[in-house]
Amino acid sequence: MAATPPPAWGPRTLEPSAGQTVGPFFAFGLDYAKKHEVAFPHSPGAIVLGGTVYDGAGAPVPDAVVEIWGADSDGTIPRARGSRRRDDHTFTGFGRAFTDDDGRWELWTRNPGAARGKAPFFAALLFARGLPDKLHTRIYLPEDTEALAADRLLASLEPEERDTLIATRLADGGLRHDIRIQGDRETVFITF
Amino acid sequence: MTAPVPTAGAPRTAAAPETLLASEDMPPQSQITREIRDLHAATDAREAAGEPVPATLRDFAPYRSSILRHPTKNPRLVDPETIELLSPAFGQRDVARIESDLTLQHRGEPQGERITVEGRLLDSWGRPIANELVEVWQANAAGRYIHQRDQHPAPLDPHFTGAGRTVTDDQGRWKFTTIKPGPYPWKNHVNAWRPAHIHFSIFGSGFTQRIVTQMYFPGDPLFALDPIYNSIHRQRDRDALIATYDHDLTVPEFSMGYRWDIVVDGPDATWFEQDGEH
Repeated sequence: MAATPPPAWGPRTLEPSAGQTVGPFFAFGLDYAKKHEVAFPHSPGAIVLGGTVYDGAGAPVPDAVVEIWGADSDGTIPRARGSRRRDDHTFTGFGRAFTDDDGRWELWTRNPGAARGKAPFFAALLFARGLPDKLHTRIYLPEDTEALAADRLLASLEPEERDTLIATRLADGGLRHDIRIQGDRETVFITF
Repeated sequence: MTAPVPTAGAPRTAAAPETLLASEDMPPQSQITREIRDLHAATDAREAAGEPVPATLRDFAPYRSSILRHPTKNPRLVDPETIELLSPAFGQRDVARIESDLTLQHRGEPQGERITVEGRLLDSWGRPIANELVEVWQANAAGRYIHQRDQHPAPLDPHFTGAGRTVTDDQGRWKFTTIKPGPYPWKNHVNAWRPAHIHFSIFGSGFTQRIVTQMYFPGDPLFALDPIYNSIHRQRDRDALIATYDHDLTVPEFSMGYRWDIVVDGPDATWFEQDGEH
């Protein structure tokens, strides 16, 4: 974003390719076995992270893709391969979920640990039919209120905007996080 | 327009997705084409006035499904944190070599024009990006998707699924063998047809660079009519999604060759700074 590249890099020589919608038929192209099992279900530390995607009329979006990418529970960033061919024990940090007919998505994952005392979050991406380009956002864990208060992005937001980025902890240890593409309580999306 | 808020405790249930595919007003092509032209002109003016405008317009009403599916607020500009500067690690263990040949997935040969599409995955400085996942999906030669929600009355091909994937090599190169997809009718407006395209999903070296886009074929007469292609407002950015026919890639008596390079944004300079800390 705002940061200037080192002078030694010289000018950018190429324009980035522009994004396009995933369209209505992404499922057979982006599907694979256990795509939503970032952590093996019911393994120690595994939780369900899920929610509903809503459009500007408050209707669930049944043809969206949510991707998450997060640190392991100790804060380290996974470098292991195998996100696309799971071995049922390696934590790769990346997962993908399609919304169902009720607009609901869910993944098995772990709570990301903090990086250098910062508020832990999942990096998240949204794609959908009708959404012309990807949307980046973050899903913060709700617990560390001090770290959340110190977070630069969250601190720059109005309280009701801030709430759209912080997941709700459920009694079973899972996390609920709805994404509202448009309208009241519109999720804060980010660019870099 | 004030959007209704879903009532707590009484969630709205979704309509079955296939009923959502037709637009409510079904305007004629002439109206869609006029809307596209007007929006491009208005966007050019905003940009000329110094406003930063993204390459792809999320608020692009000629693409009717986008009306309720675009944010009304601009995305916030943030400094990427560590996790956002790296990407999931992919490698050959994730994808079998044969998965890049979409003509070998069934017992017989698919119908249509056999093509190869190849190119490089590059960053903004033209440097190749190795070991990243490239996923593709497309309609068959008749313009029909295998997806069960596709109701286009063109034949399915028992020898063609239309999905493939590969991992870029150490020079950032990728290559697919497939069938040239046909144009595809949809219900955005009356007589709406998508130009022939292949969907591409790409990971860069950082999660910020992730991109899903579509590759088109040169000389398609549908370009000016298509609201999805035209959600990209600059001509040069639209042109950059069109593959080049390359006769040197055409294999005698076997396949037609196309070349297309994919450029992901960045990496941001922050990537280097943070990388140096480890």
